[in-house]
Amino acid sequence: MTSETVPVIELVGATKRFRSASGGVHTAVRDLDLTVAAGEFVAVVGPTGCGKSTTLSLVSGLEPPSHGRVAVNGREVTGIPEGVGYMFQADAVLPWRSVLDNVALGPRYRGATSSEARDRARDWVGRVGLGGFEDYYPHQLSGGMRKRVALAQTLVNEPRILLMDEPFSALDVQTRGLMQAELLRLWSGTGAAVVFVTHDLEEALVLADRVAVMTAGPATVKQVFDVRLPRPRDAEEIRLTSGFLDVYREVWESLREEVQITRERMSGRVA
Amino acid sequence: MSHDVALPGSAAPTDEDFAVSSARAAVRRRKLTVTGVRLLLVAVWLGSWELSATYLIDPFYYSKPSAIGGKLVDWFTRTTAFGSIWTQISYTLQEAVAGFVLGGVAGVLLGIVLGRSRFVADVLAPFIKAANAIPRIVLASLFVIWFGLGMSSKIATAFILVFFAVFFNAFQGAREVDRGLVNNARILGAGRAQILWTIVVPSATSWILASLHSAFGFAIIGAVVGEYSGADKGLGLLINNAQGTFDSAGIYAGMIIITLIALVAEWLLTLLERRLLRWRPAVSGSHDVQI
Ligand SMILES: Nc1ncnc2c1ncn2[C@@H]1O[C@H](COP(=O)(O)OP(=O)(O)OP(=O)(O)O)[C@@H](O)[C@H]1O
Ligand SMILES: [Mg+2]
Repeated sequence: MTSETVPVIELVGATKRFRSASGGVHTAVRDLDLTVAAGEFVAVVGPTGCGKSTTLSLVSGLEPPSHGRVAVNGREVTGIPEGVGYMFQADAVLPWRSVLDNVALGPRYRGATSSEARDRARDWVGRVGLGGFEDYYPHQLSGGMRKRVALAQTLVNEPRILLMDEPFSALDVQTRGLMQAELLRLWSGTGAAVVFVTHDLEEALVLADRVAVMTAGPATVKQVFDVRLPRPRDAEEIRLTSGFLDVYREVWESLREEVQITRERMSGRVA
Repeated sequence: MSHDVALPGSAAPTDEDFAVSSARAAVRRRKLTVTGVRLLLVAVWLGSWELSATYLIDPFYYSKPSAIGGKLVDWFTRTTAFGSIWTQISYTLQEAVAGFVLGGVAGVLLGIVLGRSRFVADVLAPFIKAANAIPRIVLASLFVIWFGLGMSSKIATAFILVFFAVFFNAFQGAREVDRGLVNNARILGAGRAQILWTIVVPSATSWILASLHSAFGFAIIGAVVGEYSGADKGLGLLINNAQGTFDSAGIYAGMIIITLIALVAEWLLTLLERRLLRWRPAVSGSHDVQI
């Protein structure tokens, strides 16, 4: 990426504080610096509870930063920026709508006619591999299928910026591999910037161009690693290459310390 | 499921058909037994009542099934003290339905508005608590003074009872909307009105429907109590009159008619609920066949 172009996402010294349950102030993330260029796939890894979801909520405009600057497409984020898609950590499909109607939500909200929205939704339901399940309700689907619905629901809006919060972490290993491959297939050629939060380092390296390692909470970006693995990647094959193992070792070295700190804090809290 | 893209209906049909039909047969058998035992219970109850009222206790106070049956036959084949029984039923029913619809609509609207607006809810909270603490049955007397002996005073009583039952549920339902769903909709591009229609109202629906079951009962109570306090027609008047003439069979007969109306309404509401909540997974105790 050339340095003259405006980064799609820019976090400069972004800090987010919440009021904690005890009435004090809890810092979720501090002094975040991160830039993401158009078409770039950035994975964010970090120990549990460090502030990864909070980072995404800052970019999405759902939460304003307490300090610092958050900009999307060069403009300060005040509301929800244009062209942002966000796949939440928790299931957010509407249980009272069929698969097709769930996927058609975005176009409907954005003013498409009902038939237009359904046509686009049908196309995306097929693309995520749910053809034939259009009329099912979410409770009739498996967890993996519900994630596909959420993916289609997000992608049907053709976001230029795609925020994904541990989208596949609840899935079994085989399904996760399948979904990773599908995500790469659907993303390639769209030119969308992706910020993909995961606690699975392997997943991060399979998917991303760069991996940001966050510190134990309150999180800040500790280090950003380039993943120089060729594309298109075969999500299944690439984990076995030596290049993959090298970068894995390097990033894990950095992540392990933070995981260790978090683990110690937690056991300290339990004791 | 290891591979989650199985084609629907691709399993061997014979096996599945067999499992479904045998499960259905089991359900049918169970239903039959349950109904049989219920009928038996009713027969034992009515029989022992009839016998004890004939030989042990005074039927003047406690009446007995045959007398109640006779009273019902009398009402339906001839007439009541105030004209045809159908006139009384239709009168009470109109009052109850009108109070139910008006109270339901008002309760849902206000409940959702307050549930979604912190400020309005904070302002109005003490007034609503106070209004809710008023013994509502007493209002029936007030309404007779305000609206006269006609239908409107009964509708007002039914309205008040229904309104509060529905309002609190709608309020709670609108409050407990999953934030994740709202945020997801906002990201997908929904405005305030769209969030209200596609997220808040549907998620409050199961709360609201739950309250509607008891609310129709309240509507009938409101209508009947209103008629007690003064009326020229209706089932409440019939019962009040029976009380005045020490006609205990008449009280029971009126009670039975009201109960039947409430049961029919309950059944209709259940149909509505099934239709509106068909997206929900079958809960245990429903009549879906599970294998
Ligand atoms: N709305 C909120 N109010 C108060 N505290 C919050 C809020 N959201 C997050 N936090 C706190 O901020 C910290 C970071 O939370 P966050 O959800 O961003 O972590 P995470 O890295 O996504 O964790 P995980 O990997 O478990 O999903 C936590 O300590 C959490 O308690
Ligand atoms: Mg999280």
